[in-house]
Amino acid sequence: MSKLESKIPEGTIETKWSKYKSSVPLVNPANKRNLEILIVGSGLAGASAAASLAELGYKVKVFCFQDSPRRAHSIAAQGGINAAKNYQNDGDSVHRLFYDTIKGGDYRAREGNVHRLAEVSTAIIDQCVAQGVPFAREYGGLLSNRSFGGTQVQRTFYAAGQTGQQLLLGAYSALERQVGMGTVEMYNRHEMLDVVTIDGKARGLIVKNLITGELERFFGHAVLLCTGGYGNVFYLSTNAMGSNVTAAWRAHKQGAVMGNPCFTQIHPTCIPVSGDHQSKLTLMSESLRNDGRIWVPKKEGDNRSPVDIPEDERDYYLERRYPAFGNLVPRDVASRAAKERCDAGFGVGPSKMAVYLDFKFNMMRYGKVEATKMGLQNASDDEILRLGKEVIKEKYGNLFDMYKQITGENPYEMPMRIYPAVHYTMGGLWVDYELMTTVPGMYCLGEANFSDHGANRLGASALMQGLADGYFVIPYTIGSYLSKEIATKAIDTSHPAFVEAEGRVQKVMDQLLNIKGTKTVESFHKRLGKIMWDKCGMARNEKGLKEAIVEIQALRKEFWSDLRVPGTQHEFNPELDRAFRVADFLELGELMCIDALNRSESCGGHFREESQTEEGEALRDDNNYAYVAAWEYKGESQWELFKEDLKFENIKIAQRSYK
Amino acid sequence: MEINLKVWKQKDAVSDGKLIDYKVSHVSPDMSFLEMFDVLNEELIVNDQEPIAFDHDCREGICGMCSMVIDGKPHGPLEGVTTCQLHMRSFKDGDTITVEPWRARAFPVIKDLVVDRTAFDRIIAAGGYISVNTGNAQDANCLPINKDDADDAFMSASCIGCGACVAACKNASAMLFVSAKVSQLAKLPQGQPERYTRVANMVAQMDKEGFGACTNTGACSAECPKEISLTNIAQLNRDYMQAKFLENA
Repeated sequence: MSKLESKIPEGTIETKWSKYKSSVPLVNPANKRNLEILIVGSGLAGASAAASLAELGYKVKVFCFQDSPRRAHSIAAQGGINAAKNYQNDGDSVHRLFYDTIKGGDYRAREGNVHRLAEVSTAIIDQCVAQGVPFAREYGGLLSNRSFGGTQVQRTFYAAGQTGQQLLLGAYSALERQVGMGTVEMYNRHEMLDVVTIDGKARGLIVKNLITGELERFFGHAVLLCTGGYGNVFYLSTNAMGSNVTAAWRAHKQGAVMGNPCFTQIHPTCIPVSGDHQSKLTLMSESLRNDGRIWVPKKEGDNRSPVDIPEDERDYYLERRYPAFGNLVPRDVASRAAKERCDAGFGVGPSKMAVYLDFKFNMMRYGKVEATKMGLQNASDDEILRLGKEVIKEKYGNLFDMYKQITGENPYEMPMRIYPAVHYTMGGLWVDYELMTTVPGMYCLGEANFSDHGANRLGASALMQGLADGYFVIPYTIGSYLSKEIATKAIDTSHPAFVEAEGRVQKVMDQLLNIKGTKTVESFHKRLGKIMWDKCGMARNEKGLKEAIVEIQALRKEFWSDLRVPGTQHEFNPELDRAFRVADFLELGELMCIDALNRSESCGGHFREESQTEEGEALRDDNNYAYVAAWEYKGESQWELFKEDLKFENIKIAQRSYK
Repeated sequence: MEINLKVWKQKDAVSDGKLIDYKVSHVSPDMSFLEMFDVLNEELIVNDQEPIAFDHDCREGICGMCSMVIDGKPHGPLEGVTTCQLHMRSFKDGDTITVEPWRARAFPVIKDLVVDRTAFDRIIAAGGYISVNTGNAQDANCLPINKDDADDAFMSASCIGCGACVAACKNASAMLFVSAKVSQLAKLPQGQPERYTRVANMVAQMDKEGFGACTNTGACSAECPKEISLTNIAQLNRDYMQAKFLENA
């Protein structure tokens, strides 16, 4: 493979995208009708891309493993979506969003891509409102904003704690509109299991019909992978149960290189693990840090109820360590700080692996404002608190209900207990400026690609990126490739390349079913997750990573010799589907450890214990690691590293500080 | 805790199904209902028995994929809660719990507790959208919307499309689902241009899918995990009637 061509356009940062758009080759409408695009995944990136490309006239097919495209896990995003609208007149701008994102990502993202993201962010909000997305509004009828971590402006648009749901339903409705018009064919309960390449170009997919178990072949002039992140490699994460890496991993094994696979986001505010039965973790939105203050007792092993611990015996450690950003430091910083306190013995709750997120202070603050508005002169503290609770309820009601359901505790009366959990993966398939992977004709959008968030994603930026890629980037960039494909006729799926690809999938399927061992898929997944969390999680070191690689290899061997998958292929068999996914996680996990081992600096969410400042902050090594690590698959346990050097021409690279 | 289960097992859409007894030991009150099923399935697999097929994904009450009728109630005994957010602390040691799939002609069983809800997608495809192509939008704040209307639209839009309303209804009507989308868009200025064609087309598709008629008994709203209000149905009826008058005018 030749070196990685990022294809960042020439020109100043402000003009790159507009110049690109006005010079990219176009495909005329008559030709668009003959060009087929296969899209895998129906989340924000997939659904928005499918709708937008079908509107342009392309023939689109969309595949999702869920029973409806509306179930994609984008739906669970809670807090909001960033956009540089500057509606609050608080100094926001495209440049500032660009700057915050690069800095938040600890200077490990590409300037060109991130600036484009900031530029198109404003159009996303316009598009969503036009679709009928019910964003939160002020009494004057205009849109409301709130703050998220790593920024000092209010640029986050939201719909209570269900922003992802509302944005996805907007994209889903646009998608279904095209389905109704016959321009998109939707394949629910279909999972992509391999990619077909002919003469080096992506030309189709092998897809499993999850109801009948049949393998089906589809031809496309281009393939878009919009398949989300791979946080489930850790078993416990905030991802949906079905979220997986299989589509991306199969593409990787067919030549698409993986960028920065070890960059994982551990979200600071999740509901702590309650026991071995736990199947997933639930996020409590970062937006709660607008109004919740994080603390632990000052005294080690303090077992009093939180409401009995007086103010001066509480350590608001984020406010103490980071006075400028306080509780709104970026996620990686907040997560490490929580871990530090718990490891030092100050954790709370039954497991002692939790910290408090306390709303009382801001309930009182809001209550006083409400009392003043209502003209109550001498309201009692109880009355003020009651009014404040109402305000909090309106802002975060569904999150508080969810917390209560899961823990059995009432967060209106007691502080929440929270702990960091795996949430998002910044790493993913390497793509160029056009979102194309190293396999021509194969694109990767949204969380599945590596491109915009560097080593740490800022809150409310995932929704922004998914929709930016789908609505406003791919409709332009795909023309650059497809304009040269207009003479390519649809290739019959009896072509040997399709037969071969289907054969690869069938072989794996048969192997999985024929092991007939003693251990379940879940048991292997749990063990993999534990290795990953312990040794490639919030803190990593050389010794642990080397051990993890050996352990994963051994676990993989055991998987392939002692796995038990019930049933057959030709029926609805979720265990078989899971086995396929876990088999891929067992390979991905190893690469993540190799990548983490290679990057001996700390940056963003990647914290190498060997590389930290005296105060315990992540210490980058810009001389040696200001690059994207892109790994090419060379056979089992074999990868070749390619480096894309990151150049910072518009932002002065500096040690990140939120103090 | 020890829990006795009677679970609907059905090979596929054409086969007959029946309730099968299972026993799950060592159930923790902190487990979710679905985690109890995970534990049971792990045991079944190890003992060479067929696991129970059930739909689930996000496990945080928002994707709408989980779908179990628990002791006769869609999503179980609690109000405003999906199956995945139901925890075993809501049950007692020794309880016998019956678990069945959504039952409706328009939702054929795929296997065991898994049903086919693609009829909902087709109803949305028939009109549950605003026709605006990407790139056509004006600045978002050019369109001020009264906060109460925006809040109402949001409440309607919080429907997760799980189908509990259909499962709860004695007529297997999809009126609550359809009305939630109709009302959301009817309350917003963006939804006005297509307001009446939308309701007519969505209702026509709903009928075509084989959902029953609405008799306003309100079981749908009572069992809805997102507590979608019956007023949405009133809105739909109003708009539908107006649409029919407009058609005939």
